[in-house]
Amino acid sequence: MSEHDTFREEIGEEGLADPRETGRPHRPHPSAKEYIRIGMILAVLTSLEVWTSYSGLPHGLMITFLWVMSAIKFSLVALWFMHLRFDDPRYSRFFMLGLVGACVLYLLVLLSFRVFAR
Amino acid sequence: MAETAAHAARPAHVEEHTSTGLPNTKLAMWLFLGSECLLFGALITTYVLYRGASQTGPYPSDVFDIPYTSVSSFVLLASSVTMVLALTAAEKHDHVRMRLWLLATAFLGMTFVGGQVYEFTHFYREGLSLSTNLFGTTFFVLTGFHGVHVTVGILMLLSLVGMSSTNRLPDDPAFPVEMVGLYWHFVDVVWIVIFTVVYLIPNAPPK
Repeated sequence: MSEHDTFREEIGEEGLADPRETGRPHRPHPSAKEYIRIGMILAVLTSLEVWTSYSGLPHGLMITFLWVMSAIKFSLVALWFMHLRFDDPRYSRFFMLGLVGACVLYLLVLLSFRVFAR
Repeated sequence: MAETAAHAARPAHVEEHTSTGLPNTKLAMWLFLGSECLLFGALITTYVLYRGASQTGPYPSDVFDIPYTSVSSFVLLASSVTMVLALTAAEKHDHVRMRLWLLATAFLGMTFVGGQVYEFTHFYREGLSLSTNLFGTTFFVLTGFHGVHVTVGILMLLSLVGMSSTNRLPDDPAFPVEMVGLYWHFVDVVWIVIFTVVYLIPNAPPK
């Protein structure tokens, strides 16, 4: 199998053509109302984060809550505002390459310095 | 004669060639944002690595004002909403509303940066500088880099407004607005992580 055939197999027949000609299907972007709804959810989550930091919860539980809420906010912005949920999945793969690569690399660095054992 | 007709039929904007089926500019923007994850990942990791390692004060609990920074976070989140509203207007070819939302986004961005400058000045007066201790070094480098990114985003937004006002944007301005929007939202998601790691987690009571 030639290099070109491998590339064609990876990206598919449609991927070789101009998207403006093929009209590659993707879901339409959200409406203004949906954007505002997401914005309100983000505001509520931020308020919850601030409340959690003052709540007096056990340290480990508090950090877990803060990380979960931060991850939800991150995902909402990336999926809706940056349109990863609606656009071609290859954009997500490129972004995840950097994001997951960074998380794995730096988690290993922190583990090697025993940061979580302090 | 035939050459003149062919010239007249040529589109004003020549579409770029793509062999992946994706617009090259958008692909490059996502690759750039992926690489930015590594940059900010390094800065955040360095902050976490040296947290609690400062031998002298001021310490985070001495200088942080969580309610103040929370307002800054709300401002930056609001700017992401105005950015997507600008894109919605651009998709409808509504140039006037698009410029208004872009200006609102830039204004909110400037408010955030102004707040950061005030915060830095306040910390400096409290005795915390870049070279005071490990906390000062890692904090100012991380949040300073983020502030520079926000400032670059503001310049991009104002450039879009200027280009739109002088009719230098294409008839369908959605694509350039979306590209600047991707950068702007990325700056926002980075702040979401910084706000949690730097400001909220150190505020937790000790074991």
